[in-house]
Amino acid sequence: MNKKILYALALALALAAPFFGYPVFLMKLLCFALFACAFNLLIGFTGLLSFGHAAFFGSAGYTTGYLLSSVGLPVELGILAGVATSAVLGLVIGSLAIRRQGIYFSMITLALAQMVYFAALRSPFTHGEDGLQGVPRGKLLGMIDLSNDLTLYYVVLAIAVAGFALINRTVHSPFGQVLKAIKENEPRAISLGYDADKYKLLAFVLSAALTGLAGATKTLVLGFETLTDVHWTMSGLVVLMTLVGGMGTMAGPIIGAFIIVLLENKLGEVGNFLAEHTGIAWFTTLGESVGMVTGLIFIVCVLLFRRGIVGEIGALFERMGKKAPAAAPRVNPAKDREAA
Amino acid sequence: MEIFGVPLQAMMSQLLLGLVNGSFYAMLSLGLAVIFGLLNVINFSHGALYMMGAFMAYIGVTEYGLNYWMMLVLAPLAVGIFGIAVEKTMLRWLYKLDHLYGLLLTFGITLLLEGVFRSFFGVSGQTLSVPEQLQGATNLGFMILPNYRAWVVACSLVVCLGTWFVIEKTRLGAYLRAGTENPKLVEAFGINVPRMVTLTYGFGVALAGLAGVLAAPVINVTPLMGSNLIIVVFAVVVIGGMGSILGSIITGLLLGVIEGLTRVFYPEGSEVVVFVVMVIVLLLRPAGLFGKEK
Repeated sequence: MNKKILYALALALALAAPFFGYPVFLMKLLCFALFACAFNLLIGFTGLLSFGHAAFFGSAGYTTGYLLSSVGLPVELGILAGVATSAVLGLVIGSLAIRRQGIYFSMITLALAQMVYFAALRSPFTHGEDGLQGVPRGKLLGMIDLSNDLTLYYVVLAIAVAGFALINRTVHSPFGQVLKAIKENEPRAISLGYDADKYKLLAFVLSAALTGLAGATKTLVLGFETLTDVHWTMSGLVVLMTLVGGMGTMAGPIIGAFIIVLLENKLGEVGNFLAEHTGIAWFTTLGESVGMVTGLIFIVCVLLFRRGIVGEIGALFERMGKKAPAAAPRVNPAKDREAA
Repeated sequence: MEIFGVPLQAMMSQLLLGLVNGSFYAMLSLGLAVIFGLLNVINFSHGALYMMGAFMAYIGVTEYGLNYWMMLVLAPLAVGIFGIAVEKTMLRWLYKLDHLYGLLLTFGITLLLEGVFRSFFGVSGQTLSVPEQLQGATNLGFMILPNYRAWVVACSLVVCLGTWFVIEKTRLGAYLRAGTENPKLVEAFGINVPRMVTLTYGFGVALAGLAGVLAAPVINVTPLMGSNLIIVVFAVVVIGGMGSILGSIITGLLLGVIEGLTRVFYPEGSEVVVFVVMVIVLLLRPAGLFGKEK
């Protein structure tokens, strides 16, 4: 019951938001929130740390951007093609990466994503360092004109909400329960008769496809696509969003994405403000050193707030309710036991 | 003389370049393997520490008037001490947790280090000149051998094989190997395992720093030089597996040579060839060439 009220409140807030904020920026927030949620499906609910999600985000963005600007495909087909591209890519990368466990999985996804980066850098249709420019927004279903920011905002909101709903449904379905079992203890899940690799691969493809949806939508919104989206720093950024918000929580990645995107955009202003009030001129350079700040947040989060914001709040409520110490967050308890 | 239509001279120089790169892969993947063995942490910051080593050498030579040979010792030492500080203050708290937290922490350290060096040096590259003693080249008859490149390969081979010798053949190495197998038991025999862990991490990252100093005169020293390398080294580690010390050295050199050969016959493929090899290995031998999955 409580949850339903929260969902309704969040939706009302999202519906009203463009009247108070800049719609394009809000749409960007939504795209990154969907990206982080799709990523969380793997790390939070299946226990797989992919360090290559930029490959899916960027490849879908490039596909959609190219099809809309150079081929002149309708918007909905362009986005679908982007999603399909990242799903296929997810199938290829996923089936290679699940051949190894744990930390090797992360390294393989990172290396394969780097291949995708080089492909994007060298292919003629991506325009290398320049990227794709001037992607037209077009008309949805040939009727609804998307060049209006407000109209596009509601379309993007619908896409994002559909994505969140699908993730929510997946996590709470029998399939999601099997994923959870694999995360908690893979050998046991296998001995219960589940083909763990098949489930992991399916989760990986689903996550890649949803990431592609986020990437394709982002290209539509901003009208350009560049190498930033396929670079490994983007893979790291989505890990950070999920970590800050709370791995394995439903709302965490959304909040984490909002915080990180806001921070990236406003860091320069924060720096100028600090420089003005503290008199230390160095702070003005803060806007260019986003990497330094994100690195610092990474370190602090891993050392002190492994549950993330939503996780910590949840743990606080639990403590108040039960007066019992909450368990430490465990990404992979089987491995923890092994290490201890 | 030509081989498959490529002049021998060009072929040899690319092979040597491949060996030089292979030496860096070998030193870095060796460090990663030693660290992973004892700490169960994949050190993402290895690339950044390699970059730090190169910058230390650059700063030492240009700002403080020290020479290359002094920096060859001082820079790895400084990087090693930095690593020890990181281990003592941060990494230490993560050993009981899943491996991935170690990866995430060191990833954060990478971003931080890169950011700091960027704010001081920008993204444009710095160059360090080759020390006097190693300038010039030797004519071997079939090829012209640049002295500095020969030195890089020789030096890293000696360091790698020395490390292998210490770990596999000495008492200290026996403690280390025992600690990798069962730290609790080793501690019960009165060996200070936490200190061994700290020193191992310091040594592993010092290797990365040394690779950085060796690299400084042959490549463009930029704050981003490490992260591009570390992803390739990760692929090397996946190919070789981290179970064997000698395995990581051989895999590193081998992939450097393969990369060099690709640059001769199909230059467009040279930046992805290591990843392609990784895919092939994953398909044929998922556990890696020298794999003992841990």
